[in-house]
Amino acid sequence: MSNVLFDTPGPRARVRHRLYGVLGVLAVAGLVAFVVWRLADSGQFTAGKWQWLQYKQVQESLGRAVLNTVKAFALGAVLAIVFGAVFAAGRLSEHRAVRVVSAFVVELFRAIPLLILMFLFYYGLPVAGIHMTPYFAVVLGLMLYNGSVLAEVFRAGIQALPKGQSEAAYALGMRKTQVMVLVLLPQALRTMLPTIISQLVVLLKDTALGFLITYEELLNYARYIGSIYSFGPVEAPVYFYRPIVPTTIVIAAIYITLCLLLTLLANRLQRRERRSRKHISAPPQPTQAEVAAA
Amino acid sequence: MGVLTDNLPLFLGGFRTTVLLFAVAAVASLVFGTILAMLRVSPVPILRGLGTLYVTVVRNTPLTLVFLFFIFAYPLLEIVKLSYFTGAVVALSVYTSAFVCEVVRSGINTVPVGQAEAARALGLNFGQILGSVVLPQAIRAVAPPMMSTLIALLKNSTIAAGFSVAEAGAIRQVLSEKGENQLLALIWVAVGFILLVMVLTLVQRALEKRWSRAR
Repeated sequence: MSNVLFDTPGPRARVRHRLYGVLGVLAVAGLVAFVVWRLADSGQFTAGKWQWLQYKQVQESLGRAVLNTVKAFALGAVLAIVFGAVFAAGRLSEHRAVRVVSAFVVELFRAIPLLILMFLFYYGLPVAGIHMTPYFAVVLGLMLYNGSVLAEVFRAGIQALPKGQSEAAYALGMRKTQVMVLVLLPQALRTMLPTIISQLVVLLKDTALGFLITYEELLNYARYIGSIYSFGPVEAPVYFYRPIVPTTIVIAAIYITLCLLLTLLANRLQRRERRSRKHISAPPQPTQAEVAAA
Repeated sequence: MGVLTDNLPLFLGGFRTTVLLFAVAAVASLVFGTILAMLRVSPVPILRGLGTLYVTVVRNTPLTLVFLFFIFAYPLLEIVKLSYFTGAVVALSVYTSAFVCEVVRSGINTVPVGQAEAARALGLNFGQILGSVVLPQAIRAVAPPMMSTLIALLKNSTIAAGFSVAEAGAIRQVLSEKGENQLLALIWVAVGFILLVMVLTLVQRALEKRWSRAR
């Protein structure tokens, strides 16, 4: 990494660095220990608070909730990629009208917060007589927002290719579609793949917004279990009943695992891409695409 | 139009809270994110590791979950009582600073190697190299992606509406209790956000222009 920023540490600097390291670790460990102690002190780690995990029905519902999250993610991801491809093609079109319309759509949906989009579909559209299940409101929102971000990623990826590629293809007598499908897309896709996947991680995280429009996904279920009073030992005061902290911990673990799996895939692809550079290397333009992903 | 003009104070109040939330969280996450980036390039391996751990965990956690933690679990820690607004600011800052860190770090990597080498040759220490030579140049290089991160923060601030903060995302709820047309109300909220994003985009263009000249 950027070890141009400091000299190779000598013996004294190494001692100093070790001291900083120990201090840093102590500070963080202290913080974590404090949090754990406070949680334990308020009875979060008593067996009663975790009992809910042992009920078969809860486990099944938890599985269903994970499935619902994955379902929204899968359909949303596929639709977003299609939407992105269509509108990226639109923005690269030769016809001015198509370009302007696509640019407008993409910019519009990039500017509206995803939550407001979901609200619009779930609470707004019934006013106009269109009723929607929470599932479709979530998927539609995910598609429009992430689709327009992906459209920008695709466009940036295609435009980053050296101009000679399309010129050569045209010179060979290929048609517009052929140039795009046979020459430009295969090259652009390889460089864009990590960015696309990190956008999919964003999409997966955004499914949690469905919680706010009553879509029965993971977070929604966590909230539900966390608000039930009947879990826990009968003799404990009411305050101890609700296992909101244990559910948050479990759900966080599930989300982080799911997202990390996707991130690992992205990293792996990136490494493979770097190793096998058979194609002409385009000038690296990660920032624009990476930013769009953020 | 009626929905907007009849409830103008509600809309204005909502968007004022949104802007306030955005501004405070933006400053906090810029500061914290830069510190994280400094940790991630520091000469101390353990501190680098801690920075990386933070960024990896936070980037793979949904923001809604972070909110859930700070609104429901944090009060159990009994440290300082946070109002819903402060809780939202903390949740947004914790989340956004991971992204700011990555942007700053990519900016540090764009600064020509010679700059840091020259600074080292002059005998500056790590803090001086970052603070007076590398970071000022890095920040200029990353103005556009940084602005995109901030725009994402602005849009993410709507999630606070689900956690009892009366900002623009919560306007719908109030109006639906009043029996107003929710579709129109939401379209006006969307328009408000489009305007805010446009303002930020203009700021981005201006910064880009100014700083590309300064380089």
